[in-house]
Amino acid sequence: METASKAAKPIETRDGVVVRFAGDSGDGMQLVGTQFTIESALAGNDLGTLPDFPAEIRAPAGSLAGVSGFQLNFSSSEVFTPGDSCDVLVAMNPAALRVNIDEGSLKPGGMLIVDQETFTDQNLRKAEYQVNPLTDGSLDGFQLFAVDISKLTSAALIDSGLSKKQVLRCKNFLSLGLMSWLFQRPIEPTVRWIEQKFKKAPELLDANKRVLQAGYNFGETTELFHTAYEVRPAKIAAGRYRNVTGNAATALGLIAATKRAGLPLFLGSYPITPASDILHDLSLLKQFGVKTFQAEDEIAAVGAALGAAFGGALAVTSTSGPGVCLKSETIGLAVAVELPLLIADIQRGGPSTGLPTKTEQADLMLAMYGRHGECPLPILACATPADCFDTVFEAVRIALHYMTPVILLSDGYIANGAEPWLVPREADLPEIKVEFRTDPEGYQPYERDPETLARRWVIPGTPGLEHRIGGIEREDVTGNVCYHPMNHEHMVRTRDRKIAGIAREIPSSVVDGASQGDVLLVGWGSTFGAISAAVKELVEAGHSVGHLHLRYLNPLPSDLGDVLKRFRRVIVPEINLGQLVRLLRAEYLVDASGLNKVQGRPFKVSEIIASVKKVLEELT
Amino acid sequence: MSTATQAAPKLTKKDFESDQDVRWCPGCGDYAILASVLRVLPDLGVPREKFAFLSGIGCSSRFPYYVDTYGFHTIHGRAPAIATGLKVARPDLSVWIVTGDGDALSIGGNHLIHILRRNVDVNMLMFNNRIYGLTKGQYSPTSEVGKVTKSSPAGSIDHPFHPLAVALGADATFVARSIDVEAKHLQQVIRRAHAHRGTSFVEILQNCNIFNDGAFADLTDKPVKADSQLILEHGEPLIFGKNRDKGIRLGSGLRPEVVALGSGVSEQDLIVHDEQDPTLAYFLSHMGPPDFPTPIGVFRAVDRLSYEQALDEQVVAAQERLGPGDLDALLNRGDTWDVE
Repeated sequence: METASKAAKPIETRDGVVVRFAGDSGDGMQLVGTQFTIESALAGNDLGTLPDFPAEIRAPAGSLAGVSGFQLNFSSSEVFTPGDSCDVLVAMNPAALRVNIDEGSLKPGGMLIVDQETFTDQNLRKAEYQVNPLTDGSLDGFQLFAVDISKLTSAALIDSGLSKKQVLRCKNFLSLGLMSWLFQRPIEPTVRWIEQKFKKAPELLDANKRVLQAGYNFGETTELFHTAYEVRPAKIAAGRYRNVTGNAATALGLIAATKRAGLPLFLGSYPITPASDILHDLSLLKQFGVKTFQAEDEIAAVGAALGAAFGGALAVTSTSGPGVCLKSETIGLAVAVELPLLIADIQRGGPSTGLPTKTEQADLMLAMYGRHGECPLPILACATPADCFDTVFEAVRIALHYMTPVILLSDGYIANGAEPWLVPREADLPEIKVEFRTDPEGYQPYERDPETLARRWVIPGTPGLEHRIGGIEREDVTGNVCYHPMNHEHMVRTRDRKIAGIAREIPSSVVDGASQGDVLLVGWGSTFGAISAAVKELVEAGHSVGHLHLRYLNPLPSDLGDVLKRFRRVIVPEINLGQLVRLLRAEYLVDASGLNKVQGRPFKVSEIIASVKKVLEELT
Repeated sequence: MSTATQAAPKLTKKDFESDQDVRWCPGCGDYAILASVLRVLPDLGVPREKFAFLSGIGCSSRFPYYVDTYGFHTIHGRAPAIATGLKVARPDLSVWIVTGDGDALSIGGNHLIHILRRNVDVNMLMFNNRIYGLTKGQYSPTSEVGKVTKSSPAGSIDHPFHPLAVALGADATFVARSIDVEAKHLQQVIRRAHAHRGTSFVEILQNCNIFNDGAFADLTDKPVKADSQLILEHGEPLIFGKNRDKGIRLGSGLRPEVVALGSGVSEQDLIVHDEQDPTLAYFLSHMGPPDFPTPIGVFRAVDRLSYEQALDEQVVAAQERLGPGDLDALLNRGDTWDVE
């Protein structure tokens, strides 16, 4: 296959572009978005992505409910978010157009590329259009490019011998080819992907390659487009990069932890959106000694993990909010018996089934308090897709070092979102020290390390250290069943002190932007990108605004109270109705206020900026 | 299994007694079961530290505290799940689950059927006293219809489980029943359970002398027990009775019937027990008073690859195919690019 030749048309340089592919959920938009992301990463841009798809596998074709989107922000400077709205919208049918235009996804004056043959009476009806928007002037505020995507695809495959249906399934690659030309992306990575994917179906391999190239060539030759655009490589730290989603980074972080701790990894899991990819990824990595167990339910998944921890494995269960609810009792048991266990909660919209494929940060209180009794455990939150790697590694370290279950909070936004990742090297990762006690002399199951208050890990099979553990309150030191009132209070307080003591290891807080002054934005989890971008812009505009992002939510950093005092106002943006803000108010008696949104979507940078500006005005 | 090559000093029952006071009600059937288990453990050729006893919640689930091995008293109904994780992580251990009719068949019913179908190599001792003891006397999923308890003052309207039928329905590979007071028989069954590779499900009929006293008296009282117990032995005809003069044969269709031996009926006419026959196991699991004796012994014992072994084989196969995991190679997999 010929590689795409250089465009003969003029090329304009842009700093950054946000594109959004939208189509029917069967149209392959997630695939096209992912491939375009890889092409952009290889072009050296910094980037951020937002896959946005319905919960239904296939909603009725052409319906508004079935619209699936993939947004990518790629830039020659640092990227924090997938972008509030897009510069280019590719709409594969009227429904995709309607959903995105109605929601204001496309910037005024933005490029709108549509597959015009899909604008049939029937499809227009399904998208609830009375008249064809391509002709009624309603899209005049945009640069409309009505392209014959379906027709061009059919033309490219005229002699392919494929059925009409098979031919039309290739049309997503036509739009990808066209977009690749428009933004001067290399299509080789996509060609390689097609060759790998369709290895066993040569006719589809050939067809998709031809359509991809046809899309590219169309851009180059058509008179529709006068200019191509280029986005130069971003200036980012030197090293080897790859693209990574949050779930992939979580799985990789667990593999790194199993290697650095020298413990076999056991994952007990029950399929649940948006966490299942962690189970999928780890199931493919048995060569690392990983054992994955797809349990009969969420309870068995965490139970099996706890059993594996008892046996000396690095034990993990991955789930989402509904699963955490079901696991609560077993997590309580893990707190009681003080065994290391990682619970990865990839949050989604709730309550109940809620919004399975959409993001939310509303499980913080569940993680903090969602168990009966006084049942403290450490909680860590991932800030970005790549940060999942480091945070899960740290969460495992804490679990093993303190002999405690740990909850890791990620969410659907970063789990499925991708960003470039400076690939770490194994040798640079810290060792996680684990030592099973084997000396029977003087052993007591609940004797504690004086500093960490962790009890020792003694695994079955160790001669002379046979002992029993269980959920009934245990006597201090001996671990024997004990109902004495004072012993219970002592144990409750000891477990509490053990977790609170982890604060001594938490690094000092780093505030981005102003280190003191008018407004401090305190965030956690996936709001990192939007808050960072907002603060950058506000600081550049001369405002006194800082950003503190918390990885450790329990215990909180010991210097946090002091940091909060350095600002006149504290705002806590969260994708919930105000959970961290309550913890901060309760803990520090600070008059922090919430900035809250619960739409199954991340913050837009503009939303945060507008809110902060309002507060800044009040202060003057 | 062979214990001849075991070099370690011979263990005794005393080696397995923990220092904890046993706190079941005086006269509870659990004491007899504990004694039988403690008697069997030293003879199994397994070092003491390789045993792990797990339990859920209920009277029976206090069991691990009284055995000086590794033990884990977990939460209600979940012991099979926790034991699965332990056995998968540590196939070298001899893992035992001690549970009751409420723990295993009610709150833990889901985990029970799934551990059985997966065939994780653990031994499950289910004490069936047909009552909730620890919560002081409510009907259980094995209580008979009409049973009057604190929570069923007008009589229970729940149709009870036949526990062994549940196990067979889940395709369990080893299904057996014994009785708390039949020490010799119970010990034989426990030995068989241990020797079996895969999940061994043993129902142990156990008297709760406080809340359901005499539930199995018709089966255990000396004068009647020979006529009410049908002791199963592989390859032997189904014969019972004090004078071994009664048997079970197949009547019309697939309906078993009790017949008197002699007067034209000989042993050749009787059903011969076959531990590999699923149909026979199923109808034995439903057999009981008033029309039939209660079978005890091994109902079913078949070979099937155990779950943890199958998983281990996949791990080994992956390592042979791909070599031991290389983290740096994994982290750099897929499309990468270098920034100068």
